[in-house]
Amino acid sequence: MTTEQILFYILGGGAVAASAAMLLPPLGKSPIHSAISLIVSFFFLAGLYALLSAHLLGALQIIVYAGAVMVLFTFVIMLLNLRPDETQEPRITAGKVLAGVLAAFVVGKVVTVVGLASAGAKAVDLAQPGYENFGSTKEVGYMLYTSFLVPFELISVLLLVAAVGAVILAKKSLHYVDRPEPPPSVFDQEHAHEHMHTQSGTDHAGDTHAPHDANAHAASHH
Amino acid sequence: MTSIPLHHLLTLGALLFCIGFIGVLTRRNILILLMSIEVMLNAVNLTLLAFARYNGATEGQVLAFFIIAVAAAEAAVGLAMVLAMFRLKQDVHIDTMNLLKR
Repeated sequence: MTTEQILFYILGGGAVAASAAMLLPPLGKSPIHSAISLIVSFFFLAGLYALLSAHLLGALQIIVYAGAVMVLFTFVIMLLNLRPDETQEPRITAGKVLAGVLAAFVVGKVVTVVGLASAGAKAVDLAQPGYENFGSTKEVGYMLYTSFLVPFELISVLLLVAAVGAVILAKKSLHYVDRPEPPPSVFDQEHAHEHMHTQSGTDHAGDTHAPHDANAHAASHH
Repeated sequence: MTSIPLHHLLTLGALLFCIGFIGVLTRRNILILLMSIEVMLNAVNLTLLAFARYNGATEGQVLAFFIIAVAAAEAAVGLAMVLAMFRLKQDVHIDTMNLLKR
C-alpha cells in the first residue's frame, strides 16, 4: 500500500464520517454543529482534490466553500436565532428507513457496476511530457480564458444575478404595493429642514425688530 | 501514475452523494437541506476530478470550477430565501411551506 493510497483512505473516510455526522445525532441535532462538521468534511475533500493533482481546485474548495459559503451558513444560522424546539427533529420514520434502504441499494449497484466497468482503468502518467502543469493554476486558468471563455463570462453574470437576487430576497419587505404609507423620502426631509430654517429665519428677523419696537414704545411713553 | 484505483474514487463519490441525498430526503430543517445539497455537489466534483486525473483532461477541473461557482450562487440565493421564509413563518421547517397544498 503506497502513501497515496493510505492518504486516500484517511481523507475519504474522514470526508464520509464528517458528512454523516452532519446528519446523524448528536451533531446533526443542531444546525450549527452540522455546519461545523460540514466544514471539516470540506477540508477532507480539499485534501482529496490535492491528492488528485487538482491543486487549484483544492485551494478553491477551502477558499470558496469553507471560507465563503460556510461562513454565510453560520451567519444565517446565528441570525435566525432558532428556538430550541425548532431544532428538534422527529424520530425515525418509515420514510427514513425507506430512504436508507434505497440509498444502500443505489450505492451497492454503483459500486458493483463501476467496479466492473473500471477494472482495468489506468491513470495517465503525469510524468510524461505535456502533463507537467496538470491541475496547476496556469493550465486551468489558460483553459478558462480560451476554450471555456463564454461559460466563464456566463458564470460571472450568474454570480451577479445571484448577488442581486439574494439582496432582493433578503429585504425586510418584498411587497411595497401593500404598504399603506410610504416612508418619508429624502426630499421630504430636506424640505422639512428647509421650512424649519426659513421659520427660524423669520423668528430671528422678528427678534431684531423687537428692540426697535421696544424703543419706539419707550419713546412714545416719554 | 496514481495508485488509487478509479473505482475506489467513484465509490467514495457515490457514498458522499448518497449521504447528501439521504439528508435531502429525511431532514426537515431547510438549512440542513441546503448543506446536504452542498455535499451532493462536492461528490459530483470529486467524481469529475477523478475522471480528469485518470484521463489527464483539464476540462474536468474547469467543469468542477464552474460547479463551485454555481454552488456559491445557490447557497447565497437559498439562504436569502430561508431568511425571507423565516420572516414570514418564524420557522425553518419545510413542513410549514405548504401554501400550494391548501
